[in-house]
Amino acid sequence: MSMARHSPARSIAAHAVLATYTIIALFPVFVIVINAFKSRKAIFRTPLELPNAESFSLVGFETVLKQGDFLLYFQNSFIVTVVSLFMVLLFGAMAAFALAEYRFKGNSLMGLYLALGIMIPIRLGTVAILQMMAASGLVNTLTSLILVYTAQGLPLAVFILSEFMRQVSDDLKNAGRIDGLSEYRIFFRLVLPLVRPAMATVAVFTMIPIWNDLWFPLILAPAEETKTITLGAQVFIGQFVTNWNAVLAALSLAILPVLILYLIFSRQLIRGITSGAVK
Amino acid sequence: MGSLALKNITKSFGQVDVIKGVDLEVQDGELVIFVGPSGCGKSTLLRIIAGLEDASGGHVEIDGAEVNTTPPSKRGIAMVFQTYALYPHLTVRDNMSLGLKQAKHPAAHIAERVDFASKMLSLEPYLDRRPAELSGGQRQRVAIGRAVVRKPKLFLFDEPLSNLDAALRVNTRLEIARLHRELGATMVYVTHDQTEAMTLADRIVVLNAGRIEQVGTPMELYNDPANLFVAGFIGSPQMNFIEAARLGRDDAKTIGIRPEHISIVAEGGDIEGRVSHIEHLGADTNVYLDCGESGLVCARLFGEQNFEIDSTQQAKFDENRVFRFDDEGKAIRRNG
Repeated sequence: MSMARHSPARSIAAHAVLATYTIIALFPVFVIVINAFKSRKAIFRTPLELPNAESFSLVGFETVLKQGDFLLYFQNSFIVTVVSLFMVLLFGAMAAFALAEYRFKGNSLMGLYLALGIMIPIRLGTVAILQMMAASGLVNTLTSLILVYTAQGLPLAVFILSEFMRQVSDDLKNAGRIDGLSEYRIFFRLVLPLVRPAMATVAVFTMIPIWNDLWFPLILAPAEETKTITLGAQVFIGQFVTNWNAVLAALSLAILPVLILYLIFSRQLIRGITSGAVK
Repeated sequence: MGSLALKNITKSFGQVDVIKGVDLEVQDGELVIFVGPSGCGKSTLLRIIAGLEDASGGHVEIDGAEVNTTPPSKRGIAMVFQTYALYPHLTVRDNMSLGLKQAKHPAAHIAERVDFASKMLSLEPYLDRRPAELSGGQRQRVAIGRAVVRKPKLFLFDEPLSNLDAALRVNTRLEIARLHRELGATMVYVTHDQTEAMTLADRIVVLNAGRIEQVGTPMELYNDPANLFVAGFIGSPQMNFIEAARLGRDDAKTIGIRPEHISIVAEGGDIEGRVSHIEHLGADTNVYLDCGESGLVCARLFGEQNFEIDSTQQAKFDENRVFRFDDEGKAIRRNG
């Protein structure tokens, strides 16, 4: 921040690089959103043009809201994401606390085992998961999705959170023990608030793949009443005809809830990402 | 209030023995300080007394009752930590009263105790602030207040002054001394700073590599160290050790002499050396003499003194203050 290190040329260059990246990253989203508000013809003729008086049309949104039960799909996606997120954060934090706080035989092996899931994609086990869900009668329920996503999110959560838990002062936990707090209260009241930025980071990294997932809803819960929004949007993609207006409108709508969740977590997120570096 | 007894305490982490059989009795109302170099096990020993670590062997007794299996909160202790360890989400008042609330004391009683402690430590203006809004010294006073509120049988201090700057350290040290006098409480205090140990302690326990080297009052340790380790650890600058043979003596293996008991003389000294460095401290002057194979000898002279660097000087020892150590490093007592 000092004047000596502040050169306008360098600052412009840095901003140019960042701006370029931002444009590249946002461009597809931008195209989806503008085309959602255009007529079918305009989508194909001038896909990069902003909607104007002539091309503006809400037909996509009308289709989405009329056809199919989009409110239900939204609700399903929301339930699955929020419940999975809650379970991942709760169990991940608890496991991380145990790994970071207690000395027991095989502690580091256990930590390694729990983190192994980061490297092995859960989709490799799809067939077995489907068999398991079928055997326990969970096919076409939101529960099946929640269970799978919880398992999918836990390894990264345990890995990141246990690193942060180790940084929480031992003295603080010991002070709690001397004051007679139970281990649960020490965990919930003393430790969790201190690792909140890390929790937010984990929440965002966990939430986005769950919200966007098409694979497991397609395999485990394709029934009409358990469809998620990503799966729901697929009804407009046909083998011969695709209703692009509706697809783009559905996707535009699907961005909203996750964007709101992200905004809730993002202030904490930045602190979580940088906290290791500047402390 | 309370007494403490440690009986043959041992502690190992895996293969490593950290505490190797410690026996100690602390009388009611005594302030006992554990000192030792880092890694000597003094903090671990304190944690074992607190119940935060389990001893691998031996017994801890508080007030005559064995507490080996009693959880920390039921041992009747209070602990002050180096990093303050205040609850960040609670106000000063709530920080101080949490322990009593957990123990289900009536609210009026808690208020009275908090009142007493905050008056004693002049914390009243800060009672409704959170720890983040306090300075380091204030935080440590709150931590001490939190201990006082519990009215413990035993106060445990784990390097409470290490995170404070020099001026605050002196103030807080005085505060703890006053607290000890006013409450008449039993206290066990861990530090690596021998100034703290010498100024505060009724008795000092010198630990080294998991064993007690010596227990005694500060002056006992200073005037009558049991062995080379204690002699070298207590006193600053450190005691000078010289092989007896180099001084032409055969009544000991090693001779120890404190810097403050050496004078620089023109001739007739015990050892000769080249002045290699001089430290002016205002009230004192430390002169370092390079005595060749006998090593560096430090002399602490009163007032401001000047010697030319590289000039040759003679050091004269105060014969009454010379310590003698045998082959095993044990002190050879003057009268025996």
